[in-house]
Amino acid sequence: METYTLIILLLAATIRVATPLVLAALGGLFSERAGVIALGLEGMMLGAAFASAAVAAVSGSAWLGLGAGMAAGVALALLIAVACVTFRGNQVVAAMAVNIVVAGICPMLGLAWFDLGGQTPQLSNPGQRFAEIILPGAHAARSVPVPGLLYAELVSGHSLLVYLAAAIVPAGAWVLYRTRFGLRLRAVGEDPEAVETAGISVAAIRFQAVVISGLLSGIAGTYLATAASSGFARDMTAGKGYLALAAMIFGKWRPFPTLGACLLFAFTDALASRLEGVPLPVVGVIPVQFIVALPYALTVLLLAGFVGKAVAPKSIGVPYAKDK
Amino acid sequence: MSAERAAPSLRWLEALVLPLANLVLALLLSGLIIRLIGESPLAAFRLMLSGAFGSQEALGYTLYYATNFIFTGLAVAVAFHAGLFNIGAEGQAYIGGLGAGLVCLGLGSLPFWLVAPLAIVAAALFGAGWALVPAWLQARRGSHIVITTIMFNFLASALMTWLLVNILIKPGQQSPETREFAPGTWLPSAHDLLARIGLSFAPSPLNLAFALAIAASALVWLVIWRTRWGYALRVAGKNAAAARYAGISPARVTIAAMLLSGALAGGLGLNELMGAEHRILLDFPGGAGFVGIAVALMGRNNPVGIVISAILFGALYQGGSELSFDMPHVNRDTVVVIQGLVILFCGALENVLKRPLSRLWSR
Repeated sequence: METYTLIILLLAATIRVATPLVLAALGGLFSERAGVIALGLEGMMLGAAFASAAVAAVSGSAWLGLGAGMAAGVALALLIAVACVTFRGNQVVAAMAVNIVVAGICPMLGLAWFDLGGQTPQLSNPGQRFAEIILPGAHAARSVPVPGLLYAELVSGHSLLVYLAAAIVPAGAWVLYRTRFGLRLRAVGEDPEAVETAGISVAAIRFQAVVISGLLSGIAGTYLATAASSGFARDMTAGKGYLALAAMIFGKWRPFPTLGACLLFAFTDALASRLEGVPLPVVGVIPVQFIVALPYALTVLLLAGFVGKAVAPKSIGVPYAKDK
Repeated sequence: MSAERAAPSLRWLEALVLPLANLVLALLLSGLIIRLIGESPLAAFRLMLSGAFGSQEALGYTLYYATNFIFTGLAVAVAFHAGLFNIGAEGQAYIGGLGAGLVCLGLGSLPFWLVAPLAIVAAALFGAGWALVPAWLQARRGSHIVITTIMFNFLASALMTWLLVNILIKPGQQSPETREFAPGTWLPSAHDLLARIGLSFAPSPLNLAFALAIAASALVWLVIWRTRWGYALRVAGKNAAAARYAGISPARVTIAAMLLSGALAGGLGLNELMGAEHRILLDFPGGAGFVGIAVALMGRNNPVGIVISAILFGALYQGGSELSFDMPHVNRDTVVVIQGLVILFCGALENVLKRPLSRLWSR
């Protein structure tokens, strides 16, 4: 029973850690399937985290915060799209530029507006955050041993954005594989010339794909600042955007395997935090720095292709020139 | 659009006018942001200028920061020439500094002429070593070097924190720092060196490492443009398929270029640790690895351009920290924003000005 409770709590933590990764990774998937490298996820997430926390703090509404987060994500996505699609700039450089600008501008604006050393004020009022939702019957179910605990801890008791992330994976897969837009998007990522020949604008599709990635990373950033924690802190994404991108590559640019990869990352993270300060047989207490480093090390290992070669969309990273 | 040969005047345009125009754009936008937070951009830039060049001490600090950026800028540029985007200069500099620091801590009793070369070699080896794994993974397994080098930055940070907190910390001390290096291992400061030839210069952390950085720039120029190996590197960077036809192995170039890149990044440790701090401390690269990206892009990956833009960024850093005394809302973060905007305009949006400017030029 003890072990069962522990496992359920571990899985619940996994879901919470996985949420921003899933949202961002799915956004990245749309961008990359259309042929635009999604290294900007990190910056879009961080920008959205700041915008959502700032607006939620001032307006007192988490929903307005979500709107601001999504708007910030989309604005940064448009900047990337203009640089990469309109002006055919280097996609990696454009994304890193956005990431660096955002890393500087968020604490700078935060300091100017709130005078809290670059942070936003604590979101302490209930309406300012996306609090945990207790599903009907969760309290009663707790007394039922095995399935009750599963329902009360694992299914119930998450923020609304967690359920949104869960719903968005099948929705994203449907858009990608079952709609005309999805077909065109995937075609643009493989062979833009062919799509252009069919009379469809490559630039328009790529713009839409990048904006979708901004929208979803915007939700991811909002989750970080207004659900997982209560406010914005400097560099709070701490590489989560890159982890999401790595998860997407590990998931071979497909929605459900990407979800699986995000859950794997999140599980390692949740497990590692559980192990913090716990003496283990043979190795003893693992130093906290190793626990911190685990997701990054795992990313390198997964990218090293110990799981088979990943095949990227063919035109990824290549600007499309119509006049060629 | 395709392989048009740039006329001499166009080359000047690309080398000088374009970076300057892009810099002006980046500064204009930064000014707008400073305006947005309620400060006067003109006053801010004026304060920044005097804070960076207004006195001998200010100049010393500017060049001291520039030294770091020359090393990281060269590191990024060498990788760029091989077609690689090395975002890991930050971590490579961190680990490279560890190498130099370990030599200074362990062999501090040796004479300077022996310990300094050993420390330089150690910094280069450690920096190169930290670049080796991402390089190998890119060359042999196709793992995206941008992501792996970013991950290696995080890993370097965790490793160094662990080392400094648990192992290298000076016993009986709270803050995670090593003991001070023996004075015999310190790189001589600029004011001491200048005093020896009878010139007086205000005390600043500027030290011999600046000369080393200039020497490294000359060396990089020689290697990239005047050796077979540098030629192979540029060919592989421009066109991997063509390189393969010419008998050049892109995979080997990738690894060699990243080793050189990491070794150059390691040079930061000489300036920061042996020249200024005289001990190993947490996060001494302080973002210089990322500044290196902006420096390399603005310097168009050319050593002369890199030295100039490194001094410019040194001035921004020094001026920026002076500025925060007068305008508390304008600080290092502002410099990070400017740095990002320079990368955006010089790197990603270079085509925006290129075509209209060259049309204007060729009239």
